[in-house]
Amino acid sequence: MDLRVTQFDEMGGADGATRFPYQKLAQWLAGVPTELLASRREQAELLFRRIGITFAVYGAQEATERLIPFDILPRIIARSEWSALERGLVQRVTALNLFLKDIYGAGEILRAGKVPAELVYGNPGYCPEMAGRRVPHDVFVHIAGVDIVRTDDHGFYVLEDNARTPSGVSYMLENREVMMRLFPDLFAMHRVAPIEDYPDELLATLRSVAPPRAGHDPTIALMTPGQYNSAYYEHSFLADKLGVELVEGRDLFVKDDIVYMRTTEGPRRVDVIYRRIDDDFLDPLTFRPDSALGVAGLMGAYHAGNVTLANAVGTGVADDKAMYTYMPDIIRFYLGEEPLLQNVPTWRCREPESLRYVLDHLDELVVKEVNGSGGYGMLVGPHASKAQIEEFRAKLKANPDNFIAQPTLALSTCPISVAQGIAPRHVDLRPFVLQGAHGVRVVPGGLTRVAMTEKSLVVNSSQGGGTKDTWVIDDAIMGAA
Amino acid sequence: MLSSTADNLYWLARYMERADFLARAIEASRRLAALPKAYGGADSEWESVLLSSGASSAFEATGKPVNESNVIEFLTFSRDNPGSIRNCIEFARTNARAVRTALTVEMWEAINGAYLELKAMEARRGAYSSDELGRFLEFVKQTSLTYDGGAYRTMLRNDAYWFSRVGLFVERADNTARLLDVKYHVLLPEKELVGGSLDYFQWSAILRAVSAHTAYHWVYRTSMKPWLVADLLILRPEMPRSLISCYESIVRNLDNLARAHGRQGAAQRQARSTYGKLETLTMENVFQGGLHEFVQSFISENNKLGALISEQYLF
Repeated sequence: MDLRVTQFDEMGGADGATRFPYQKLAQWLAGVPTELLASRREQAELLFRRIGITFAVYGAQEATERLIPFDILPRIIARSEWSALERGLVQRVTALNLFLKDIYGAGEILRAGKVPAELVYGNPGYCPEMAGRRVPHDVFVHIAGVDIVRTDDHGFYVLEDNARTPSGVSYMLENREVMMRLFPDLFAMHRVAPIEDYPDELLATLRSVAPPRAGHDPTIALMTPGQYNSAYYEHSFLADKLGVELVEGRDLFVKDDIVYMRTTEGPRRVDVIYRRIDDDFLDPLTFRPDSALGVAGLMGAYHAGNVTLANAVGTGVADDKAMYTYMPDIIRFYLGEEPLLQNVPTWRCREPESLRYVLDHLDELVVKEVNGSGGYGMLVGPHASKAQIEEFRAKLKANPDNFIAQPTLALSTCPISVAQGIAPRHVDLRPFVLQGAHGVRVVPGGLTRVAMTEKSLVVNSSQGGGTKDTWVIDDAIMGAA
Repeated sequence: MLSSTADNLYWLARYMERADFLARAIEASRRLAALPKAYGGADSEWESVLLSSGASSAFEATGKPVNESNVIEFLTFSRDNPGSIRNCIEFARTNARAVRTALTVEMWEAINGAYLELKAMEARRGAYSSDELGRFLEFVKQTSLTYDGGAYRTMLRNDAYWFSRVGLFVERADNTARLLDVKYHVLLPEKELVGGSLDYFQWSAILRAVSAHTAYHWVYRTSMKPWLVADLLILRPEMPRSLISCYESIVRNLDNLARAHGRQGAAQRQARSTYGKLETLTMENVFQGGLHEFVQSFISENNKLGALISEQYLF
């Protein structure tokens, strides 16, 4: 597998001939005056600002609430391509879940020597509190966001698994809303698979894992750290769409291992909490005593089986970038199948041979901290200065276990609308995978993130990346001219 | 409903209403201050607006002299005054963000749009010309109208609506009472006659501030009389900002909450008792005891209601 091929554009292909999913869009673009695109861009910005879809940036004065840049051209994936991706996602998340159940239970994969035990037990995401515990219906990962990239026509690679509390689904939904307002004609031309049922699917997922005693109408709440959290907009948006209460720690209390919300009519029992706060902050009695975000006694109620937390506690161990490298083995071990989605080839710096290779090729590789996220704590070799490379070399030698390395990928590009017309920019994709008591589901689409500056590979919203709507369209529609 | 949600909705409504009131109070003072000296303008208008908006001790702390530009700055854009219009809108927006799920899109867009516009105005403003101030006050009143209209036309009639309405009317009752007090604080010079031309202009400025000038003429069909202005703003149920009208609404909305929750409490009793007093009150009683004294005792009773609501609904 050679990942360093010439750049692949999802509309123009590698050779500049329009790829099949984009044919209608290309025709439409050819006939559209630049002014129209410019005016739609302005409208989109206005809509986002008015609705208040913002993203809070820590530490950035004056810009504590920022709009994520939005590109008005859709990213288009054919149904046939999507179906393959979907099967791979279902397989991967199923395996991830079995893995979590195993490592907090029997630990068979560790005894089989497929994954080093110290990598699990020494992992900061591993939660000793969960050892030997069962969770309702054995579901740990209720909501996963798997980051996907492509480098050529032949398929998708997994860049990262997000099994803790992946965010961005509100942008997926709002992007679609805005696009439907701006380009009704484009929707009429394409048969775009709907994603609007995501909140219903999410609610059904959460209901399906309620403790048995909750009965047919469990009380569900979405727990947020509060309005200064970067994803607060998403938390309130989702609570609204789900029709459940948005709670902070101070709205909840635990008595006799039962969780209650404080309401104007007195205490009300809570059965399922979709929590968007990290493990460490959930319960000051169990985890960080200095945290005011959580609820004292929540873990007691959780272990007593009186409340379900989604995602389960301790899922972070599967997010880890070192664990990622074992995913193909994890899939084989639990499912007895070959992985449908490829990992990006990865060197584990904990292995001496790999470390030697990485140290020799630092200027070609991307080196990441195993627990880093949001594009922080990484070295992009080809774009780094000599000093930065030397600094990383020292870090690597001091603590090789803490790093992995990957080739600099020739990430695919998609066209975006800019002042001068249309230009290619690098993209990735985060589809959202739901897992309840009755199986695994993916809505057809996801959040496409775009590096807004030319040649940049950084798509993270915390670093100025933007988003665009992601369309899954029927193959049949493309043949007809 | 979550207690914290009820709390946020209640205060959101209060802040929006208060911003509107401040804009109106400033307008009334400008009108009074603009009276030609020949009419015996007393220069106490700016003192009076501080007193009536409850901001005088906070203003004193700034150490600045009481004059038109200092007071207007303090009441409009000052960050040091927790009760400035700017801060009211920002607090309202913070509350709104916390309870977005309980607001309709129209309400959120009204308040978020106003907040963004406010930030832009704040960034580009220099020394205020009289015109600009006028436009700003108009913007504040528009915002409150749009927000309130949005709530009235789009909210489900459930506890979210009732808590918002209770907040709005508790604040409005407080504001109307304070507005009546403006007249008390704007001293009539000794040589002036009650009912003389200065007195006339002062009362009429107050009426205009709450858009009740025309209403006065419809109701009384006579020239401006102080006790009739007070009657209109205190006892006339057909006047939507009168104390009695506010309390009629408070009682009704608290009763809706009580029905939904299946229990009455101290808040309902307190509201009904104040309403009952207003129903049997006459203007003679009010003026015998002194208008200012009446207003003061009303304000403290209204505050007590606010405290009882928080207590009963666990804010």
